[in-house]
Amino acid sequence: MTPLLSVEKLHKAFGALKVTDDISLDARAGELHAIIGPNGAGKTTLVAQLSGQLHPDGGRILYDGQDITALDMAGRVQLGLARSFQITSVLPGFTVLENVALAVQARSGSSFRFFRSAAAEAGLNEPALDFLRQVGLEARTEVLARNLSHGEQRQLEIAVALATEPRLLLLDEPFAGTGRQDGAVLLSLLESLKRRLTIVLIEHDMHAVFRLADRVSVLVYGRIIATGTPADVRANPEVRAAYLGEEEAGVGA
Amino acid sequence: MSDAAARRPRRSGLGLPTRHMVAGALFVLLAALPFIATAIGDPFLVVVFTRILVFAIAALSLDLILGYGALVSFGHAAYIGLGAYCVGILSRHGVTDLGVHLAAAIGLSAIFATVTGAIALRTRGVYFIMITLAFGQMAYFFFVSFAAYGGDDGMSLAQRSTVFGSDLLRDSTTLFYLTLAILVGFYVVASALVGSRFGRVISGTRENALRMQAIGFRPFRYQLVAFVIAGCMAAVAGVLLANQAMFVSPAYMSWHRSGELIVMVILGGIGTLIGGVVGAFVVLLLEEWLAVFTTHWRMGLGIVLILVVFFSPGGVSGLVQRLFGGNR
Repeated sequence: MTPLLSVEKLHKAFGALKVTDDISLDARAGELHAIIGPNGAGKTTLVAQLSGQLHPDGGRILYDGQDITALDMAGRVQLGLARSFQITSVLPGFTVLENVALAVQARSGSSFRFFRSAAAEAGLNEPALDFLRQVGLEARTEVLARNLSHGEQRQLEIAVALATEPRLLLLDEPFAGTGRQDGAVLLSLLESLKRRLTIVLIEHDMHAVFRLADRVSVLVYGRIIATGTPADVRANPEVRAAYLGEEEAGVGA
Repeated sequence: MSDAAARRPRRSGLGLPTRHMVAGALFVLLAALPFIATAIGDPFLVVVFTRILVFAIAALSLDLILGYGALVSFGHAAYIGLGAYCVGILSRHGVTDLGVHLAAAIGLSAIFATVTGAIALRTRGVYFIMITLAFGQMAYFFFVSFAAYGGDDGMSLAQRSTVFGSDLLRDSTTLFYLTLAILVGFYVVASALVGSRFGRVISGTRENALRMQAIGFRPFRYQLVAFVIAGCMAAVAGVLLANQAMFVSPAYMSWHRSGELIVMVILGGIGTLIGGVVGAFVVLLLEEWLAVFTTHWRMGLGIVLILVVFFSPGGVSGLVQRLFGGNR
């Protein structure tokens, strides 16, 4: 079976610093592939290239067999490749419902409609409410996004990504900055999305990753040093040296 | 859900229903103005207020892109000038019909806005300001050096635009009502626009352009259309200004004028539509009254602007909402 997403020999350098160094990886339809790595490993740069925010210096990105390397972010989203942001990136002055309704609008009909009130369009609000139910924010629809708690903003971020009706979801450190309680909510949310969608999860939080992932790749200094099942990766001595040892000795996630 | 809707926090400035009520009240008052002017024996008021309404139209159009799109155009007066010159130049060649003047003004500024907007919208923030300023100044200097049509001195009009061959607009009161009707019409159109799907894309891009791309929008084309719509509205103001003053001059499009339009929007309350209208009233009435006392009236305006920015970030219309409780 051909993978939904495959990355071939991706390169990106900022000056002399190789942030993405010959990365090849894939995500099979329906799997959750986690990419972990310590700070500065080049995780966010990789997401930026997969989502179309940054263009790689070399290599190819194939989505569903199609070369999307030159496609911009909006074009990739229209093909079904949605992303969330590490630093929460919602529309702060829009309500929760409006945030999601706008994402629904992006894929349902033209937005060159100048007169009818968008707020009164049931075709936007009802699907939006549906996505908010899925992430558990249905009681917060009329709150301005800027007034949500950090954890709620992460939930909103996922509702917005879901509203673009993706086949592949790219999650950039969804657990960053979440507390224990928010983290648990998020974890069960991601568990409910698993299998429905193909997910590429970029994460620093080891605990969540090993519970969720079908496969894990380890990114260190711009290179993938190992790929395999969580158990394989955990047992890999190179990974332990580069990452896990430090993690266990240090913060103890 | 209805309970939640009732508690719904509003965005900056006036909430929708209050804002429309204030606008409605203002428009009704204005409609009565010619009668008041006659009653108090000061017919010149109608002339003064026609000019204010013209700038209210221009400020309203600027607020559409400045308030809702965060596109700080520092060349918006160029469109007033383009509209005014369409009247001046066409009339000089014997084409006096208002419909033709409006069509030419809208068509010409649509082209100018599309070309300059397509370039300016490649940039953000202060660069966008500088590029719109540069294009505005280019238009200004084009007409300054256009000797055939008066150059620096501008040109007087022999008559106002005609409507289907009749000189209806010779009567200042008729021109006043035409200007008011266009302002009300534009206010209604702009209000619908900002609440539409299109309007949501524009405000969403103001909030977070990257997020908009991440949900599948390419904001550029929407911003460009908004930029063109605002330019065309300002050009209509220019057609009216030429008729009101019976004079056309490059001074209409200088960067001072563009700056004044921004001041009007900020003073009145950014992103409220009616704010630009209120701002035009405040600035031009201050000019009218303060200029009687001192040639340094702009200092007075400066002080008012500073006070408003510090004490009422929602502008004058935001202040009105706070005084009257708004719609919480």
